[in-house]
Amino acid sequence: MARTLAELLAEAGYGDVKVATARNGVFVAAKLRAETVLEHGDLIEIVAPRAGG
Amino acid sequence: VNVLMQKSDTPEGRARPLTLYGVEPGSRLLLGTAQYPSPQVLARAVEASGAGIVTVSLRRERPRAQEGQRFLELVRGLGVRVMPNTAGCRTPKEAIATAEMARELFETGWVKLEVIANDDTLQPDLFGLVEAATALAKDGFEVFPYTTEDLSTAERLLAAGCEVLMPWGAPIGTGRGLANPYALRTMRNYFPGVPLIIDAGIGAPSHAAAAMEMGYDGVLLNTAVAKAGDPVRMAAAFRAAIEAGRTAYQAGLIETRDMASPSTPLAGTPFFDLERRK
Repeated sequence: MARTLAELLAEAGYGDVKVATARNGVFVAAKLRAETVLEHGDLIEIVAPRAGG
Repeated sequence: VNVLMQKSDTPEGRARPLTLYGVEPGSRLLLGTAQYPSPQVLARAVEASGAGIVTVSLRRERPRAQEGQRFLELVRGLGVRVMPNTAGCRTPKEAIATAEMARELFETGWVKLEVIANDDTLQPDLFGLVEAATALAKDGFEVFPYTTEDLSTAERLLAAGCEVLMPWGAPIGTGRGLANPYALRTMRNYFPGVPLIIDAGIGAPSHAAAAMEMGYDGVLLNTAVAKAGDPVRMAAAFRAAIEAGRTAYQAGLIETRDMASPSTPLAGTPFFDLERRK
C-alpha cells in the first residue's frame, strides 16, 4: 500500500513515465511527490501531454 | 509594460511585428494540434501553416503508456513554441491546477486560459476567467485568456496582468467565422495597443482574412485545418489568407459607402452629352 504520491506512482507503473500530478484538485510538483503523504479518499490526477486546440 | 501606450493603429504601429509577452512568433497564425488524421499530417500541416506557436493540452495518462512522451517528442520536432491550454476546465481551481501541471510538463509559463461556462456554447465563464487569470499572473504565468468581446471583462483581464487577449470569433468548433463583427471591431478600436488574437469559431480562410483586415493581430484555429479534406493544403490556404488580411490592413482599406460611385473618370466620357441634347 503506497504511503506517498511518489510510491503510488511507482506501484501503479508510472515509474519512468513523464507525468504531472494533482491531489484533490491541487497541483503537486514532481519534487514534492515523495513528501506528499496520501490519505484515504484522496483523488489523484495523473496527466501527460496531448494534442489540444 | 503599458501595452495601452503602444498604439498599433498608426502607420508605425501597423508596420510593427507582433510581440506576445516579449516574443516575436514570426507568424500571425496560431495552430491547434488536435483532431488531425495522423501525427504525420499534423507535422506537415504545422509546417505548411508557417505557424510559430501551436496549442497543446494535458489529459489523463495510463500506466506505462508513454503516449504523452511520444506527443511531446513530435511537438518538439516541429521547432515551434507551445502554448498549453486548460481546455475543459470549468472552475478557476481546475484551470489553475491544469496550468501548473502544464508548466511543469511543457516547461513554459505560457497558458491559453479557458474556463468554460456552458457545454452547448463552450463560452467562457468570464467571472471565473478573471479570477483564474489574476491568480495565474500573480504566480508568474503569461496568460492568454480565451474570452468574449465584452469590454469590461477585457479591462479586468488587462488589470490582472494579461498582455494579450483572445476573444472568440464564434463558439469553439462551429466554423461560423466572426459571429459579431460589430463587437469585435469595437473591441479592436477600444484597445488599439493590446495584442488581440481571434480564437475559435474560424471555419474558412476568408474568416481569418476578415479578422486580419479588421486589425486583429493574429488568429488561432484548429478544427478548420485539422478536419479539412486536405489539412496540409488548408493550412497553406490559411497562411495565405492571414498574410493577405494583414497586408490589406497595413495598406488601409477604403471606406464603404451606400451609393454607387463610378471608378472610371467621368471627364471626357464619349457621347456624354448627346442624350441630354435631344
